[in-house]
Amino acid sequence: MTSTLSDTEQPALSPAFQQVSVGRKVKNGTATVLVWLSFLLAVVPLVWVLYTVIVNGIKVIPYSNWWTQDFGSVLSDEVGGGVLHAIIGTLEQGLVCAIISVPLGLMVAIYLVEYGRGGGFSKVTTFMVDILSGVPSIVAALFIYALWITTFGLPRSGFAVSLALVLLMIPVVVRSAEEMLRIVPDDLREASYALGVPKWKTITKVVLPTALSGIITGIMMALARVMGETAPLLVLVGYSAYVNWNLFNHEQAALPLLMNNERATNTMDPGTVGFDRIWGAALTLVIIIALINLIATGVSRMVAPKKK
Amino acid sequence: MAKRIDVKDLDIYYGKFHAVDSVTLAVPPRNVTAFIGPSGCGKSTVLRTLNRMHEVIPGARVDGEVLLDGENIYASNVDPVQVRRTIGMVFQRPNPFPTMSIRDNVVAGLKLAGGGGKRSLDEIAERALRGANLWNEVKDRLNKPGGGLSGGQQQRLCIARAIAVRPDVLLMDEPCSALDPISTLAIEDLIGELKKDYTIVIVTHNMQQAARVSDQTAFFNLAGVGQPGRLVELNDTEKIFSNPNEKATEDYISGRFG
Amino acid sequence: MTRNRIKVRPGDRIFKNLSVGAGVIVVALIGLIGLFLLVQAIPALRANNVNFLTSRIWETSDPTHLQFGILDLLLVTISTSLLALIIAMPISLGIALFLTQYAPRQLARPFSYVIDLLAAVPSIIFGLWGILVLAPRLSGVAEWLNRNLGFIPIFANGNVYPNFSGTIFTAGVVLAVMLFPIITSLSREVFERTPTPQVEGALALGATRWEVIRTTVLPFGKAGYIGASMLGLGRALGETIALAIILFIPRGKNFDYSLFDGGATFASKIAANYSEFNNPTSAGAYIASGLVLFVLTFAVNFAARSIIGDKKGA
Repeated sequence: MTSTLSDTEQPALSPAFQQVSVGRKVKNGTATVLVWLSFLLAVVPLVWVLYTVIVNGIKVIPYSNWWTQDFGSVLSDEVGGGVLHAIIGTLEQGLVCAIISVPLGLMVAIYLVEYGRGGGFSKVTTFMVDILSGVPSIVAALFIYALWITTFGLPRSGFAVSLALVLLMIPVVVRSAEEMLRIVPDDLREASYALGVPKWKTITKVVLPTALSGIITGIMMALARVMGETAPLLVLVGYSAYVNWNLFNHEQAALPLLMNNERATNTMDPGTVGFDRIWGAALTLVIIIALINLIATGVSRMVAPKKK
Repeated sequence: MAKRIDVKDLDIYYGKFHAVDSVTLAVPPRNVTAFIGPSGCGKSTVLRTLNRMHEVIPGARVDGEVLLDGENIYASNVDPVQVRRTIGMVFQRPNPFPTMSIRDNVVAGLKLAGGGGKRSLDEIAERALRGANLWNEVKDRLNKPGGGLSGGQQQRLCIARAIAVRPDVLLMDEPCSALDPISTLAIEDLIGELKKDYTIVIVTHNMQQAARVSDQTAFFNLAGVGQPGRLVELNDTEKIFSNPNEKATEDYISGRFG
Repeated sequence: MTRNRIKVRPGDRIFKNLSVGAGVIVVALIGLIGLFLLVQAIPALRANNVNFLTSRIWETSDPTHLQFGILDLLLVTISTSLLALIIAMPISLGIALFLTQYAPRQLARPFSYVIDLLAAVPSIIFGLWGILVLAPRLSGVAEWLNRNLGFIPIFANGNVYPNFSGTIFTAGVVLAVMLFPIITSLSREVFERTPTPQVEGALALGATRWEVIRTTVLPFGKAGYIGASMLGLGRALGETIALAIILFIPRGKNFDYSLFDGGATFASKIAANYSEFNNPTSAGAYIASGLVLFVLTFAVNFAARSIIGDKKGA
């Protein structure tokens, strides 16, 4: 083995093509194997988790009452009923969260890209967005609890959950929108200014439409992410087995909350009602998240600038 | 329509950097003025101060006056947005708005900034496209995206877009440098026609182009490394290319630049 | 030309103010989070009968006699996070290298997408999978470690022995999986920016693929990788529901430095006891622990961003 000599130390002698030494070959081979193995190590749990969810959840979701009924009319360990109440809660809370986060996050991104441009306050803002993206969901939940419930004296509700989700969604919206706005070429901004179009109209009518496709994708991904959050639900709203459309009062279910509730009240042995419900809800949640991602792809393709 | 421009003692700065030193020149109406000179001499910078586009870059500012038919566009009560409506601009790279159709691109200025009078937008679009010699090529696909056109067609679309708002002056910043020779020829022909209605200032790297299209030529040069750019000579194009007053101009024209 | 116009148009002024205002709101939010948590924690901290930082007792059901200390929470939080990081760091490095240097070009994008999918799975699903599916299969490994290496304190009998399910060990492994996409995504970004001339230079010297990586990609991407790992650590410290589901809380037993202990992290403790939020004083105790978690994640994220930011500037 001549592996101790590095390339540069090796004299340039014939034959013209020196064999790569065994030691170097072994090292290179080992690295290749390890790197491939790492990737497989990440794929295995992903496939395993999805397999678990699908196999265990598929038993309950093909029935129409799973999508059209709540658990209000069945006992907690009785077969039947559905998760409509939790789907409504998840969608409603997610939607209201998006209605607040999207304009706010978008405006922050516009500030950072169109107005701040590396100035002092824009650096502070970027930094704070980074910090906000690192705030644990349970801390966001406690903050809203301290603000909404203790300080304002308002009841625990789906809306309080939405507010906590806003804290988690804003940084994701800002990040993705910022990235998309930055890749809009300055040429277009200049072309618009040169036509005598004011800056705000340049931003809203030229820059935003150009970046819209990517921004929508980012927003939908962020929405899918916060809809799977559990911690804010635990602290900020009670679970109800009934459909409740009222976001501002009373208990309201959501899919993760329903799963957590089943875990607390039912046994998790295969074949039991609790087992079916929890994995059925998990699969329902995964389907909703997948659907949102699918819609995101579709919508962003629709609004993307076309060539022909 | 066409108006004259008078630049008086114009100094241009980017932050602390003095980019262009004390330029004074006059651009008569219905006339093509070409700016030539080596890279970094400030010719594009000067062009961008003529419609206050340089302000878009943070830290950029000017000292001195730019008069449009005697009115200073840098007076404190003048809105730069209005200046840019009056003095249009065409850029180095064709930059049609990618989300808009060909027709919408042409009327974008009117739609986004208002104005346009009683004429319908379709009429204006046709007139501008005819003015840019593009009508016959695109009249059947006005609702298709502008990005689908060839580079030369895109640049003429940008010219149509600039003239649709009926400016008094048209500034062109190396409008052919990203185009092939045939498209370049089409644009040069167009400049010759546009000059009947507009005052045109064009920056070009290509001296033959300056000789072909312009009536008068301004030669800019750097005073030295790290020094501001300055106007060396402004003269009739014929004179500049045959018998310039300045030695520096002659060296540059004849390729003995150094 | 229209004259006598004001310099800034109303539309521009309003729009700019709105966007600056949104920035101000985001900046203020961080301050507000700290402030509100602090204000709400103070009454409970005043009424606390034990030392908040050094006590291992957590008795908050009686608001008139509060006893709560975070030492145990801190230890469990740090051990689960560190274990997760120790597992996730090398594997994520491998994944990032795979995606940027090894994967066939056409497949690099779909493969990256697969890794990103890991981040899209809700953590409650990871938690359920962890305790119901993975834990029974891991318990063999745990038992083996305990039997053969039990003399090392971290593999000693834990307080959930002999059932090896709801342990820090299981929690750390599941958490590691959740960290893969976080550490990978940023490392990948940095590795991709390795200057091509450096790589080509190494190749021209006849270096093998691994030598190219060791001499160019790794030195260039080191800071980004470490920053990304710290972001992962921040995420691990705050992970809530997955750990609340997995970790078993043994009554009356404290964490004893074994991976086979159960217990609660800051976040899982709060999540598991939301029912005690019925009176403000007891809630205050949990808010106080939430404040510590906030400060902890703030510090870790701050450090991570500084490391990454330095790299970007260089």
